[in-house]
Amino acid sequence: MRLVRVGAGLPLLLLAVAGYFLFPEYLTLFTSLFILSVFALSYDLLQGHAGVVSLGHAVFFGTGAYTAAILARHGLEEPLLGLLAALLVSAALALVLTRIVVVGNDLTRLLVTLGVGFLVFEAANQARDLTGGADGLSDFTMGPVLGLFRFDFAGETAFFYSLAVLALVYFFLWRLAGSPFGLALRGIRENVRRMPAIGAPVRRHLATAYTISGGIAGLAGALLAQTSNFASLDMLGFERSAEVMMMATLGGTGSIPGVVLGATGLGYLKDALSAMSPKYWQLGIGIVLMLSVFVLRGGIAGAFTALLRRLRGRA
Amino acid sequence: MSPSNPLTGTAGRRSVLLGAAAAAAAPLARPAIAQERKLVVGVVLPLSGTFADQGRNNEDGIKVFQKIHGTKVGNITVETVTRDDQGPGSGDLSRRMTQELIQRSRAEIILGYSFTPNALSAASLLTEAKRPGIIINAATSIITERSPYFARVSMTLPQLAASLGTWAAKNGVKTVYTIVSDYGPGLDAETWFTKAFEAGGGKVIGGARTPVAGMEYSPFLQRAVEARPDGLFSFSPGGDVSVAFMKQTKERNIVGSGIKLMVTGDVVDDNLVPAMGDALDGVVSALHYQVELDNAENKRFLEAFREMSGPNAMPSYRTVQAYDGMALIYHALQQTGGKTDAESIMNAIKGARLNSPRGPIMIDPATRDIVQNIYIRRGQRKDGRWANIAFETIEGVKDPAKA
Repeated sequence: MRLVRVGAGLPLLLLAVAGYFLFPEYLTLFTSLFILSVFALSYDLLQGHAGVVSLGHAVFFGTGAYTAAILARHGLEEPLLGLLAALLVSAALALVLTRIVVVGNDLTRLLVTLGVGFLVFEAANQARDLTGGADGLSDFTMGPVLGLFRFDFAGETAFFYSLAVLALVYFFLWRLAGSPFGLALRGIRENVRRMPAIGAPVRRHLATAYTISGGIAGLAGALLAQTSNFASLDMLGFERSAEVMMMATLGGTGSIPGVVLGATGLGYLKDALSAMSPKYWQLGIGIVLMLSVFVLRGGIAGAFTALLRRLRGRA
Repeated sequence: MSPSNPLTGTAGRRSVLLGAAAAAAAPLARPAIAQERKLVVGVVLPLSGTFADQGRNNEDGIKVFQKIHGTKVGNITVETVTRDDQGPGSGDLSRRMTQELIQRSRAEIILGYSFTPNALSAASLLTEAKRPGIIINAATSIITERSPYFARVSMTLPQLAASLGTWAAKNGVKTVYTIVSDYGPGLDAETWFTKAFEAGGGKVIGGARTPVAGMEYSPFLQRAVEARPDGLFSFSPGGDVSVAFMKQTKERNIVGSGIKLMVTGDVVDDNLVPAMGDALDGVVSALHYQVELDNAENKRFLEAFREMSGPNAMPSYRTVQAYDGMALIYHALQQTGGKTDAESIMNAIKGARLNSPRGPIMIDPATRDIVQNIYIRRGQRKDGRWANIAFETIEGVKDPAKA
């Protein structure tokens, strides 16, 4: 397990860069996969590390997307500033929401996060002047990154821009998972009753995790809004919340490289199947998800660890 | 990288890096003399999810057109590559699909866009890549203003609502109450009905906006009845919601109590009529197409459609919109004599006049939006089934929001 954790980041990064050279026509797809990965990583900090589920994580994703889009619309066209603002706004929203999310158990959390999701969705729908309502926001332009790299048609800038954010988030979460705070989160996941007994402030830890997670989800949303020049209600919607849960679970919740593989794998599968059969591709996704439960116990990361263990056992 | 053509710019630079990419880039170099070649039309439609039937109706239209008119225009073979944008709201996906169709599938023209946000999000991309985008459904007026490469062959909601408002004012309706779904198109419908109706001397005495997916209309209908208007104007997003609305107006006996019920024609789409049944009785609607229209193009269209989908199949107006989208592309290719660059195609599209199954249509050269007949219809029984029968034609209606 340790080997997978430490060693997977660099090969994944190399793989992504190799993708740039080998498949220059797929850059926009890769970009969308990187963004999905950032979002899935943010969610997995809750589900995988702290053991806290949520059905409303897209709220932060969408908040980030709208923050970036609205700022750009009002003249703040530097993408990095937009990212920073999205991070802060989403984190602040998460911090406000922790009070009602952190209390209670998993079931009540599912209900509360679901409810918050619907409320925010409807609020955004009503605030038409700000969010564009059902039509979404597309009448804004993004400036070049750092004043140098224009978002181009082929998606080269978007590719490296999102990859850089993904790498930073990956590295940050990897360090976080190994830190005392990360270990405390794992303790909460494994046995929430014993944690207070050893003097760990469970609520504060969860609130911190929730805030960080919300902020990173906001980053992902801002990336999507900036690279696709678009923000809309569905970025806040329930489907995106459910999807991120699927991706984390498929990848192997709790494993950082596993979640990245889950997000990119499911994202790619969707794209490939829907290109093959624009009408019936969801059938294929359903079958793969069901099979994965039986074949890939512990997700992609779990299967990989099991494989390593078997190889080592034989040697 | 040359900003004027990002495609060749990318492929060209890469081919230095990678020998293999050169082979893939080769088809981009166009032959100097006219010879057999193919043109890819990239199609972006909702083909999965709640609104899959809209996409399917559109897709049928494309098939019917190629069934009648073949796949060749001169020496160009027209091929379609279809991608699923999963319905409303997923504008980021629709944009990516458009980009992939242009870059990967070498699409030179994009056809599709069922929903406004999905069309809006692709606008700047089409402008940058210089690819014509033919809109075959999305109905918000503003779309065509967002890119000089957009043209619309479907309709705008103000076209329908304003035609109905004008008609009502002329036909003895003095006061109207409005009930519309509370989102972009609903507000458009409310605004343009009111403008046209009040310009004709009528007065809107009240209105309600209802939740988009809400199926419970009785409190709103109650308020409408209490306001004692001569007429009730309504818009809802189609599908089950519109069926629920129509049935509840029947239960409340709106038409029977002497209130003239008027709806935009998409609310009583021909393929919803069987579910609405006698709730359709006496309902006045405005639409740009209906199955019963008597013209040569419609006969040909219906014959081919029924050959493909069965003798009792009912086309939707969306089928015709996609059919006309293809017709516009074929027309443009004939006009340009095989030139397929965006400027030539757009020049051929501007001012194009076609005989559509819905009657004569034109693309307004100034706005690239459609100019067409709007039919005022009344729900009645014909040959043992309920139908919308046209009794008045308003000819050559432009999008009033741009006039």
